[in-house]
Amino acid sequence: MDETIYSRRKFIKTLSIGVGSLLLLPRCTFSKASDWRFFTNEEGALVDAIVEQIIPTDEWPGAKYAMVTNFIDKQLVGPYTRHQEIYRNSLSAIQIACKKAFSKKFEELAWDEQTDFLVSLEKNEIATKVLDKSVANGNPIRDADKAIIENWLKSNFFSLIRNHTMQGFYGSPRHGGNYKFVSYRMIGLDPYPIMGQNRYKASSNGQ
Amino acid sequence: MANKHVNAIVVGSGAGGGVVAKELSVAGMSVVLFERGGWAKYDDHDQDELFSQRTTVLGNAYGPDNIRYKRVRMWSEGEKTIVLPNEGGYGNNAACVGSGTVSYGAMAWRFMPEDFKMKSTYGHVEGTTLEDWPISYEDLEPCYEKAEWEIGVAGDDSLNPFAPPRKKPQPMPPFEHNKEAQLLEVTAKRLGWHPFPIPMLRNSIPYGGRPQCYRIRGCVGFACPVNAKCGTHNTVIPVAIATGNCELRTHCVVSEINVDDSGKITGVTYFDEKNKKQTQTADIVVVAGSATETARLLLNSKSSFFPTGIGNENDWVGRNLQDHAYCGANGIFDHDIYDDKGPGASIAISDFNHHNPGIVGGGVICNEFNALPYLFTGIRPPGAARWGAEHKKFQRENYKRIGRAQGPYQELPTFDGRVDVDNTVKDFWGIPVCRLSGKASIKDADGTAFMADKAEKWLLEAGAIQTWKTGVVTGERPVGGGQHQAGTCRMGNDPKTSVCDKYGRVHSTPNVFVADGSLHVTNGGFNPALTIMALGYWVGGYIAGEWLKGNRFK
Repeated sequence: MDETIYSRRKFIKTLSIGVGSLLLLPRCTFSKASDWRFFTNEEGALVDAIVEQIIPTDEWPGAKYAMVTNFIDKQLVGPYTRHQEIYRNSLSAIQIACKKAFSKKFEELAWDEQTDFLVSLEKNEIATKVLDKSVANGNPIRDADKAIIENWLKSNFFSLIRNHTMQGFYGSPRHGGNYKFVSYRMIGLDPYPIMGQNRYKASSNGQ
Repeated sequence: MANKHVNAIVVGSGAGGGVVAKELSVAGMSVVLFERGGWAKYDDHDQDELFSQRTTVLGNAYGPDNIRYKRVRMWSEGEKTIVLPNEGGYGNNAACVGSGTVSYGAMAWRFMPEDFKMKSTYGHVEGTTLEDWPISYEDLEPCYEKAEWEIGVAGDDSLNPFAPPRKKPQPMPPFEHNKEAQLLEVTAKRLGWHPFPIPMLRNSIPYGGRPQCYRIRGCVGFACPVNAKCGTHNTVIPVAIATGNCELRTHCVVSEINVDDSGKITGVTYFDEKNKKQTQTADIVVVAGSATETARLLLNSKSSFFPTGIGNENDWVGRNLQDHAYCGANGIFDHDIYDDKGPGASIAISDFNHHNPGIVGGGVICNEFNALPYLFTGIRPPGAARWGAEHKKFQRENYKRIGRAQGPYQELPTFDGRVDVDNTVKDFWGIPVCRLSGKASIKDADGTAFMADKAEKWLLEAGAIQTWKTGVVTGERPVGGGQHQAGTCRMGNDPKTSVCDKYGRVHSTPNVFVADGSLHVTNGGFNPALTIMALGYWVGGYIAGEWLKGNRFK
């Protein structure tokens, strides 16, 4: 009996501490599942890895620095709404394939493994490769996953994300990519001269 | 409240319609000028490459928009695709006051005398509808001159020995060459060719109360931030409005030309800015909606008197849809040839426009407009990396080292290459949309190969270390219908094989006229804007002249 009362008191006490803490924590932790508009956080991490492969960092920053994922995410809830389905399914297919073939997420693969994967995707060969490999490993893929891989792991998705990456890196920063005009600075282009005013302050060389 | 009856309705405020509205209103006629879009503003689009009228991945900067408009494309027989306005294959002539003349590259070409006499010059070409125009260069020459002086052209034809004869020089001096063009000028002369500055509808000096061009790289595809590009929106349309006789009605979509119980054409039905259906009556209807939209409007105007659409008694409306077969070459140099002097296109040769052995027609070859950085990501030699570190390195190393020379090869018209309407697919207002179908002529293969060869030779002679050809036609291809679209309401003397007479009047009506690229019998080896403007003066001048003589086109 005592124990019950104690437990009950303890429970109420814990609860009130809990509620208090709830109020103190930033709201978004609870109200928002993702940091992105369309992508889940997992998808965002994967897209970061893919776009960085398409425009990698060398002596100049790459697509991740230029916030290309942010550009794509923004367009997917705007002019590219019609591409939502292919992004959602193809990104899922990539992770299923990587898990089956390498027991890792795409972004956990070594750089060259990621490149090979995308080269095969571009050539439309990756689905067959993954399915063959899983059979050879004695780790056959269940039918639902097989269907996702066959339907969505295709070269048309690679072309799409390739084009969108180029747009995000080389297009106007006002759409969420080309952070600080990084691509313009890389090419050595001044932002446009606007007669009577200079709207952009970015310099043409160095960061 | 019913709209007040007017003398003339002009549908479309682009290169043709803007000029007609001015010619009629200056002659004292009351005019309503319909435009489906509004006034384009530079500030709405800035220098945003992804949302321009040239690269349209995020939409057409100056319309039409993806929400209300669509078309049907038959990429091959039985393969029906819905295309949106910002997608390849739609043919996105801008939906704004001035239409394409707001954001065009603004090349100001006169067609050559041969371009009006293609059949006489080259004979019948199997599989094509090659034909002579019912008017000659000499007929149109005064109209070219008016277009050049009233709208504004910078150029010097005396430097081009192949330029057609003219009575008056162009009103503004030509632009100075950029670095690439300076190199190509010396080279062309070494090859024995005749280079000259491209005539441009752009102010090389202050003109028409507007300032001089300051040569930014983002010119083609954008409205001009300082209003130095000359279109109908900042020249003839303001003149028309200033007469007090012309009412410009923006955001109005004309759906049909109206025919009364006696078969008389009485005006048009349109949807106003609130999408409310309205009627406007007039004595004359002038259609200038571009080769695709003009054909669509005539075909959508069906009645017991015109059961297959106005002017379509012999199934010629919408046929002979032409574009240009752009071809040429790109070359990489081992030193910078880019000096950031827009818009890039600066020098031309017209040596290969006509009388090339074994080739029908030809075209002008120019250095190309600047490719902005995203467009440049697709410009690579065959076999080059399309992504990854190597692609990025190419972008960085060669953006300023690329030379590009190409031109609009004169496509040969075909009877099957056409626009009609798809009654099962409708736009936002419920109007059946354009359907583009048929093949362009396979005969274009020889001509494009010939021109690309000359362009490549030019770049190699200039010192390019690697070159590759572009745009060479190698097999069957769907009909074009891009921004240079033309030919769908061909003018001619024989009503059986043309839609309009030599003044643009639809043969089977007394009072419906066409005044845009639809009239082109053939499309020349040049960008067509100045010719469409000249046709605006030709048709508008005829109507106004007759009107003043008392002809009411009944």
